[in-house]
Amino acid sequence: MCTLEKRGNIFFLTLTGDDEHRLNPTFIDSIKSALSEARSQATRGSVLITTAQGKFFSNGFDLAWAQASGSNSGFQERLLHMVDYLKPLIAELLSLPMPTIAAVSGHAAAAGFMLAMSHDYVLMRKDRGVLYMSELDIGLTFPDYFTALVRSKIGSPAARRDVLLRATKLKAEEAVRIGIIDSAHDSGESTVEAALRLGEQLAGRKWDGEVYAEIRKSLYPELCGLLGLAEKTLISPRL
Amino acid sequence: MCTLEKRGDLFVLTLTGAGEHRLNPTLLDAISAALRRVKAETSTSSALITTAQGKFFSNGYDLAWAKSSDPIITSSDRFRVMSSKFRSLVADLISLRMPTIAAVSGHASAGGLILALCHDYVLMRKDRGFLYMSELDIGLKIPPWLFAILRCKIGSPAALREVALRAAKLTAETAVDKGVIDSAHDSAEETVEAAMRLGEELVGRRWDGHVYGEVRKAVMPEVLEAIAAVDKVSTTIPSRL
Repeated sequence: MCTLEKRGNIFFLTLTGDDEHRLNPTFIDSIKSALSEARSQATRGSVLITTAQGKFFSNGFDLAWAQASGSNSGFQERLLHMVDYLKPLIAELLSLPMPTIAAVSGHAAAAGFMLAMSHDYVLMRKDRGVLYMSELDIGLTFPDYFTALVRSKIGSPAARRDVLLRATKLKAEEAVRIGIIDSAHDSGESTVEAALRLGEQLAGRKWDGEVYAEIRKSLYPELCGLLGLAEKTLISPRL
Repeated sequence: MCTLEKRGDLFVLTLTGAGEHRLNPTLLDAISAALRRVKAETSTSSALITTAQGKFFSNGYDLAWAKSSDPIITSSDRFRVMSSKFRSLVADLISLRMPTIAAVSGHASAGGLILALCHDYVLMRKDRGFLYMSELDIGLKIPPWLFAILRCKIGSPAALREVALRAAKLTAETAVDKGVIDSAHDSAEETVEAAMRLGEELVGRRWDGHVYGEVRKAVMPEVLEAIAAVDKVSTTIPSRL
């Protein structure tokens, strides 16, 4: 499902296996455990890098599992269950006491795209893979926290429209151009290497993780409100 | 602390002296008093230009002053006093009935950066100095009302992240690229001259100051709301302060 390794200050969360890394409850649980583990070991200068094996970063919710319920109402129920289940994972990422970097190594669609965008920095390979909010094409509407996440991370009205209302499939270079992700790299390996270099730079700032998380949450008040993330009281600074 | 001059229709507010122009109560009071004079002396379309002498525009709150050795008045009391006065000053700037231009002549950090951003137009010298939200590096959370200003003035999520969540030190040219400020100029003198030219241009539009102030407030409603919200939740400041 996923592994968590520590290399110096950097936590590597890898979504393992050659499959689509569909976000069903089991998989979401395994990612949550890994993040809890990282949180419990966090110190000043910790950084999280999330990447994946295979052709997919994540292709979103496990719609096959939802359909396996056997009925329309069953499908709705299971889908809504996954929508609710993913929320605390996104909340965990947004309150993680360390900088987070997504090294997008393959396709990231729908909830998988949202998982990537929940990181502070998004790097992606340019040779393969697309970012894609597939919902409109499938005939699904968005959960409120998805659109809040898009509004928080994508500033340009035209880009938001292309992503949400045009279901555009974006390759890395175009995503950089329209301001959705930070950088595009030649291959999966070079994306991870760039993520590592960025991670080391950020780790070198030796930030207090709690302060970092509070500032991050303040950047996205609408989203945090929807995710139920309250603000902590003022932390005493080292004056 | 600061001087206020009138040059034609332009008010020029200068933070004086070679120091860091730290936002302690004395300087905050002096700037607020200058703004009150601006309001009193305005009769026709005018504009305000704020600039500073020396290497710093302003380096933010006076943290040294806040480190209190007084057994009764605590550090957090002193912080609260500075914050309260700064909020008041920001509210006055945002309601000011004329265009405002910051001619950033040196480093602007934390509260100093916010002070600059509270102006309608921000011009900066490119040869020296940077903009820097230092809070993350010091280990200070940024209060919601300061964030409201940052979000109003910095549109790009990536730029906002660089400023607040990466504590990046931005030179003028980088700041222009990221949409944080309006223009970069060769030197402090050129920055002030460009500010004066812009001021004259804006004054030439002969806007009704009252209308201008109301429109500005309508463009950034969250800021005044966020400022008001602090007063609602904060504890009562002891009356001797």
